[in-house]
Amino acid sequence: MNTQDLSVAKGTHLAVQKAHARNTGTELKPEWFEDIAVNRSATERRAATLTTRRTVKKEYQAAWLVKAITCIDLTTLAGDDTAGRVQRLCAKAKRPVRIDILEALGLGDANITTGAVCVYPTMVGHAVKALRGTNIPVASVATGFPAGLTPLPQRLAEIKYAVGEGAKEIDIVINREQVLTQNWEALYDEIVQMREASGEAHLKAILATGDLNTLRNVYRASMVAMQAGADFIKTSTGKEDVNATLPVSLIMLRALRDFGEYSGQIVGFKPAGGMKTAKDAMNWLILMKEELGLPWLQPDLFRLGASSMLGDIERQLEHYVTGRYAASSRHALA
Amino acid sequence: MGQIKDILRTMEYGPAPESNTDVQAWLDANNQGFGHFINGKFTSIEGRDLIAVMNPANGSPLGKVVHGTTADVDAAVKAARAAFGKWSVLPGHERAKYLYAIARHIQKRERFFSVLETMDNGKPIRETRDIDIPLVARHFYHHAGWAEMVETEFEGYSPVGVCGQVIPWNFPLLMLAWKVAPALAAGNTVVLKPAELTPLTAIAFAEICHEVGLPAGVVNIVHGDGTTGAAICGHKDVDKVAFTGSTEVGRIIREQIAGSEKKLSLELGGKSPFIVFEDADIDGAIEGVVDAIWFNQGEVCCAGSRILVQEGVAERFYNKLRKRMETLRVGDPLDKTMDIGALVSPGQLKRVTSLVEKGKTEGGTLWQAPVKLPDKGNFFAPAFFTDVDPASTVCEVEIFGPVATTTTFRTPDEAIALANNTKYGLAASIWSENINLALDMAARVKAGVVWINSTNLLDAGAGFGGYRESGFGREGGREGLYEYLTADWEKRLPLAKAEQPLKLSAAPDGDAKVAQGGSIDRTAKNYVGGKQARPDGGYSYSVLGKGGQIVGHAGIGNRKDIRNAVEAATKAGGWGSATAHNRAQVLYYLGENLDARRAEFEALLVESTGVSSKAAAEEFDTALRRIFYYAAQADKYDGAVHATKSRHVTLAMNEPFGIVGIVCPDENPLLSFVSLVLPAISMGNRVVVVPSARHPLLATNLYQVLDTSDVPGGVINIITGESDVLAKTLAEHDEVDAIWYIGSKEGSAMVERASCGNLKTTWVSNGRQRDWLGGKAQGKEYLRRAVQVKNIWVPYGE
Repeated sequence: MNTQDLSVAKGTHLAVQKAHARNTGTELKPEWFEDIAVNRSATERRAATLTTRRTVKKEYQAAWLVKAITCIDLTTLAGDDTAGRVQRLCAKAKRPVRIDILEALGLGDANITTGAVCVYPTMVGHAVKALRGTNIPVASVATGFPAGLTPLPQRLAEIKYAVGEGAKEIDIVINREQVLTQNWEALYDEIVQMREASGEAHLKAILATGDLNTLRNVYRASMVAMQAGADFIKTSTGKEDVNATLPVSLIMLRALRDFGEYSGQIVGFKPAGGMKTAKDAMNWLILMKEELGLPWLQPDLFRLGASSMLGDIERQLEHYVTGRYAASSRHALA
Repeated sequence: MGQIKDILRTMEYGPAPESNTDVQAWLDANNQGFGHFINGKFTSIEGRDLIAVMNPANGSPLGKVVHGTTADVDAAVKAARAAFGKWSVLPGHERAKYLYAIARHIQKRERFFSVLETMDNGKPIRETRDIDIPLVARHFYHHAGWAEMVETEFEGYSPVGVCGQVIPWNFPLLMLAWKVAPALAAGNTVVLKPAELTPLTAIAFAEICHEVGLPAGVVNIVHGDGTTGAAICGHKDVDKVAFTGSTEVGRIIREQIAGSEKKLSLELGGKSPFIVFEDADIDGAIEGVVDAIWFNQGEVCCAGSRILVQEGVAERFYNKLRKRMETLRVGDPLDKTMDIGALVSPGQLKRVTSLVEKGKTEGGTLWQAPVKLPDKGNFFAPAFFTDVDPASTVCEVEIFGPVATTTTFRTPDEAIALANNTKYGLAASIWSENINLALDMAARVKAGVVWINSTNLLDAGAGFGGYRESGFGREGGREGLYEYLTADWEKRLPLAKAEQPLKLSAAPDGDAKVAQGGSIDRTAKNYVGGKQARPDGGYSYSVLGKGGQIVGHAGIGNRKDIRNAVEAATKAGGWGSATAHNRAQVLYYLGENLDARRAEFEALLVESTGVSSKAAAEEFDTALRRIFYYAAQADKYDGAVHATKSRHVTLAMNEPFGIVGIVCPDENPLLSFVSLVLPAISMGNRVVVVPSARHPLLATNLYQVLDTSDVPGGVINIITGESDVLAKTLAEHDEVDAIWYIGSKEGSAMVERASCGNLKTTWVSNGRQRDWLGGKAQGKEYLRRAVQVKNIWVPYGE
């Protein structure tokens, strides 16, 4: 792995540091997860104190916020998405922070972009076009997002469509029924087929943890997704009642760590939904650093699925640079 | 600004210092030194001997405090005494207003206190800000509530008087709150001595007392070291002593004030088990260890310092623990990103270091966090031992630093045996997802506070305090308030007529008056383990009745008889775990069988004590009623569920002590015996009773009643003989958990002194006379004395 000497030199895109091998998955091994014990209160205590035990100030905070930007999957997943809307999003992904602010941070030449843009399959083409000439990958949700209850052949076809349109990353949703009924084999088989259908594109498995309800279920679903070869495990579609939370993320990271210990393979993590502030970004970066360490603070292993968060980060960065509180009207709209 | 690029590469936290400008300005303004706070004013420091206060994180001086003398203590106690009159009779609502104001003021100055505490103690600002100071405010809020309600909720109780309170350096302001809030709520006044290492937040607290207009003399703060503390504890006009600190000093205080009639509560050391079963949330338990032993630099009396892990998961657990240590941050306590700050003093650092060295010498393997410690300050990298066993020094001794030991176990039974293999009994942490297992362990562990799947949870609404040598008395909750109240009936008891202690002779008495011969001779032996046992020494004495006539003989019990009785009681542990219904049944049956022998006992009372037959009948009837009362209470004097944190059940369980020694008086020999023994066994204790030496036959005649009533062998053991001789052996016995002594003032002092060995709970009469026939010789106070409250924290939520 090469993430230690992360280069921010001109022309080297932060999001394409993929020196580690892709997760190839394992056989389905229920013994890795079936008897897992997860204590909710203990989990919540840890999650609650994680962000009170750590904080980042001044230039460190500025750097961490820039890091967060490079990990954002800048997302639009709305029924009224259009080519124009996607184009504007992509423009923001390419230039997430006003250039004078970046220059003041000493990052004028660092080619700071978001980690990716994330759209619906039919929007992938527009995004690819808008991002031509950059290294910013286009991620597409697929498999009957957000409920994932269309028939499997259609779901697989949707993946192939998105890949065909140029998506480099596919955010699939898992079939929640299979978790709720503990049908691990079916869940595993479906994700394996999705991974196959994705081909070279990286697969992010959305667990929709808000639907899974218990932390045990979250752990088990995480493990099955990783055994089936997911490159990332992702918390939420953004459409569930409860989306990314720190306790749920903590359990997914523990599963991810255990999977690494058992299989020797490396998997990334993407919280998504509900994270709107720079403070949220810091909280999740702290979580990643504490639980998994530096490699998981890079965009090849960590993404933040968010949209409005970027605006707040940009405001904070301007405040750092000028010492004055910023107004969002002075920053480009996503 | 090349730096941001570098940080993007390293993603380090960087410094995040909490500003201490305000605190520093306060310290600078007082750099000549702080006086005591007596009678609402700070005393002069002119010409006084001063103690320097250092910042543990860098060794720099923070200020100076006056070294309190006997005269200072005297002045403070005088002020407290003078204030007591008015304060104690204020309507509860008036006292509540003051406590509420204190709570609010602490909240308003929360950050000031946090920073000051961190600078004084060395603990990280994260802890003072998020734990210590919020808990302080919470404690005053909670007790503002008790002040409001104390008159109605504790009818028949009144404030104790002037409280002498000595607190430790590990949670300076929080321990002050634990002491001052309940004392004030109940209507007492206090003289408190903060630890000389950490006196500063107490001074700021005194300023708050001034700010809220607390009447002068209600709170007095005297600075100084152990000698000052001893002067407070020993002061003749102090009615109650409350101490938190080491077991060693607790023992000294117990001895110092023995026989003084002062009320005493002790919150002492611990070596608390942290038990991890294989079905636990292992990652959760790892974080538990962080909160258990690496919290507050491990300077926590209830720290989970003995980690017990089920063998099958032990290696994995240790691996995870080693990995977890890598991300611990140790350093400047004012930095908001630090997990662990500095130990309180160079002396403490030396103590921890030398104990750790000893652990290594004895073969232990030390795993220490790979951190770079600051060049200055009393820092010690967090650590844990493997390859140690219960006999290792580090497993036995309270280290009071960030160092845990580890031991494996195979079964729940072995876990509990290891957990209880200590002289302490403060807290326990139990990790298992199996509710049956977790609660079973909670019930069986000898500890005053049990945390299931959690650790170091504290709340003003729950009682905190230890079993065994971790002390006695509780702080927090309803149970804590009793430490600052006295039952009215016990307060105004007259002194008993001083009687010559009975000297027993084993020689036959040729001059004695004897009853008519011809009847079959009866031999009263001891009663041990449900069987009559000849006294070990083989001696008996003549029991004299009305008119000095010999009415029978009783054994002269000795040390070995006490030993045997305690052994029998030890084996009868099933009594405590029997259902309360079961115990009630046995007690009712005892009443039934005793009633059947009414004529015999009434006659014996007349013959032995010389009372009229009417008086004998009254005593018998009262005894019978009392038996029924405690049979009734067996399944009713139960615990509570405290309202602490959300999604937590905090169970306050009334648990029996175990073995209670009971020394009975001569008055109303049947009734006093029943009045003392019944509440004890009703709550599940086993007892070793020394009945009245003058009238032992009322007790020895009970043997057959006990036999026929299905009282299991060993639950009630009776040894006759010289009361104070036997009392001393009982008080000194390390297997005896509590002792009740009704007898002379000198005997009471002797029992309290002799109880120091294992710091058993004592209840002595100090030579005062109880009215056994009256209603006050029965009731909840007797039951409360028969139990210790165990608070079990059970978080829930899937």
